[in-house]
Amino acid sequence: MNTTYTLGTMHLKNRVLVASGTFGYGNEAAPFTDLSRLGGIVTKSVSWLPRQGNAPTRIAETSSGMLNSIGLANVGIDAFISDKLPFLRELDTSIIVNIAASSIDEYVEVMERLEVESGIQGYEINVSCPNVKEGGLNFGTRCDMTESITRELRKRTKRTLIIKLTPNVTHIGDFARACEAEGADAVSLINTLVGMAVNIHTRRPVLSTITGGLSGPAIKPVALAKVFEVYKAVSIPIIGIGGITTWQDAIEFLLVGASAIQVGTASFRDPDAGVKIAAGMEAYCQAQGVEDIQELVGGLQIAAGVAAPGFVKAR
Amino acid sequence: MAVINADLRVTANELIAEETWALRFQSPELAAQLRPGQFLNILTSDQIDPLLRRPYSISNVIGDECEIMYSLVGKGTHALARKRPGDTLGVLGPLGNTFGYEKPFGTAIIVAGGIGVAPFPFLTRELQQREIPLITFLGARNAARVVARGLANLHVATDDGSEGYHGTVIAALDAYLAMHSIAAPMIFACGPNPMLKAAQQFARERGIACELSLESEMACGIGICQGCPVERHQGERKYALVCTEGPCFDSNDILLHEHHHA
Ligand SMILES: Cc1cc2nc3c(=O)[nH]c(=O)nc-3n(C[C@H](O)[C@H](O)[C@H](O)COP(=O)(O)OP(=O)(O)OC[C@H]3O[C@@H](n4cnc5c(N)ncnc54)[C@H](O)[C@@H]3O)c2cc1C
Ligand SMILES: Cc1cc2nc3c(=O)[nH]c(=O)nc-3n(C[C@H](O)[C@H](O)[C@H](O)COP(=O)(O)O)c2cc1C
Ligand code: FES
Repeated sequence: MNTTYTLGTMHLKNRVLVASGTFGYGNEAAPFTDLSRLGGIVTKSVSWLPRQGNAPTRIAETSSGMLNSIGLANVGIDAFISDKLPFLRELDTSIIVNIAASSIDEYVEVMERLEVESGIQGYEINVSCPNVKEGGLNFGTRCDMTESITRELRKRTKRTLIIKLTPNVTHIGDFARACEAEGADAVSLINTLVGMAVNIHTRRPVLSTITGGLSGPAIKPVALAKVFEVYKAVSIPIIGIGGITTWQDAIEFLLVGASAIQVGTASFRDPDAGVKIAAGMEAYCQAQGVEDIQELVGGLQIAAGVAAPGFVKAR
Repeated sequence: MAVINADLRVTANELIAEETWALRFQSPELAAQLRPGQFLNILTSDQIDPLLRRPYSISNVIGDECEIMYSLVGKGTHALARKRPGDTLGVLGPLGNTFGYEKPFGTAIIVAGGIGVAPFPFLTRELQQREIPLITFLGARNAARVVARGLANLHVATDDGSEGYHGTVIAALDAYLAMHSIAAPMIFACGPNPMLKAAQQFARERGIACELSLESEMACGIGICQGCPVERHQGERKYALVCTEGPCFDSNDILLHEHHHA
């Protein structure tokens, strides 16, 4: 059975990646899992300068989910290249560097630094970042800004370019179309949903930043609907993300249109989750007589005459 | 030796004080590797809610069994209390650093508040094996919550005066030191944040070496989420991670704030 997949110029062993910010830079989880059995590793977001991140409290567990307000804490591009990349480069899996920035220039500068480094197969662009020039407005919530970022970065790389979409918009399909039009190889979704937790004893928000990003099994139904919506809107591949904890979850994402998936919060529960999910998907395909897992992508069966939900615009 | 991420067999789970439990599980590999101050990240149930593991200090190692102690708080600990001998428990570890009990000092002063007593039976045993003198101050809400097992040279303080000194554990320590002199002491403290802050201040004022075992919300326990920062006193990096750089810190190296658990 064929589990491999080619995404842009990048060759993946299987369709399971670990999601940005939920797997560090690979080295931390290495003692707990066999990294060579992952399709790829998406690094923690890297920005030009190191970021210290937000004050505690950064984490709050919620019903079948969690909120985080990490604040993109990361080592910055210099330390990433000198301290983290040498380990990643040696791994027998694809490396996708996730880039965060507060201006289009910064996205470009970070990518240009990485372009001259070997051992990187692709980039994932975190557009869920405040744009300082627009008073902190999130790039990913404005179609024109998502479009400009994609255009500027596409000009500068032949490596696989993935734009990571935020679900905190009304029509996510429009954003995916903009990425497709500007030459992105794929879109990944979803990033976290805005959420909040309250401590009734102190009458304070639990997180230092008041609101944070919701992730984990709690968001899976939302993520499935967003992937389905984007699948109806574009023809470039989609990487499905959101609450994937078991191989069954992963198959659901393929059926609604994802070509590959990312495992996020589930790695916190079990750092070996990605490898277990990849193995489970393969066993399922074997049991079902699936020759190539591609057969499952978009294989959702919808009864004749059932209209797509109202928010889904036809391709 | 390798780190463990496995379903292990529970051998005992019993009430040892008011709303306070001790749970044992079998793992020769962990028993051989664990050191006082380290912790384990435990899946309290097979269900998806509670979603995240909970960190627990290693309380003691008995043969090829490991013991943790917990007090009932919320979802995770209520799920733990339902575990029976023969059940499995998802355990990840050993995690974190150890208490600095191999540093040069004369007498260990153990300061524990509430379930913060958890790491100390193991530390006590290691200190005794090295023939290092120790004295223990344990603070509890009341007599029913005093967990004395595995401790030595124990001085109890209770909030309500139902056992030992009536007042905080730091006040009890202060009163003791006013009457006795201890040569080259080093404090090892674990407990609620106000107690840790008081211990930090007490040690600083008297120039006593002091280590604090901290708590933090943790999503992963292994350094991949960045969810467990503690503010550093100085240096280029503003925060250290409690899970990988701690949980034991030199009290001079960190700043404690209100937001930490009460
Ligand atoms: C390194 C480390 C070692 C620990 N060792 C032990 C130990 O040996 N024994 C033990 O009983 N506990 C220990 N804890 C705390 C433990 O991990 C859990 O937080 C605690 O058992 C509560 O879990 P719960 O699921 O029952 O409560 P939850 O459902 O998580 O929480 C219930 C309520 O308690 C509050 N809360 C959450 N976490 C904490 C916390 N850490 N401290 C105080 N209040 C909190 C929450 O805000 C919530 O409102 C340790 C924590 C750390 C970081
Ligand atoms: C603690 C934490 C940190 C994250 N950090 C990043 C990040 O740095 N960059 C990014 O693009 N996404 C980040 N994410 C979002 C995840 O990659 C993922 O999109 C999201 O959590 C949904 O997937 P999940 O439910 O499987 O976790 C983070 C998520 C969590 C929980
Ligand atoms: S708990 Fe995840 S980094 Fe410390």
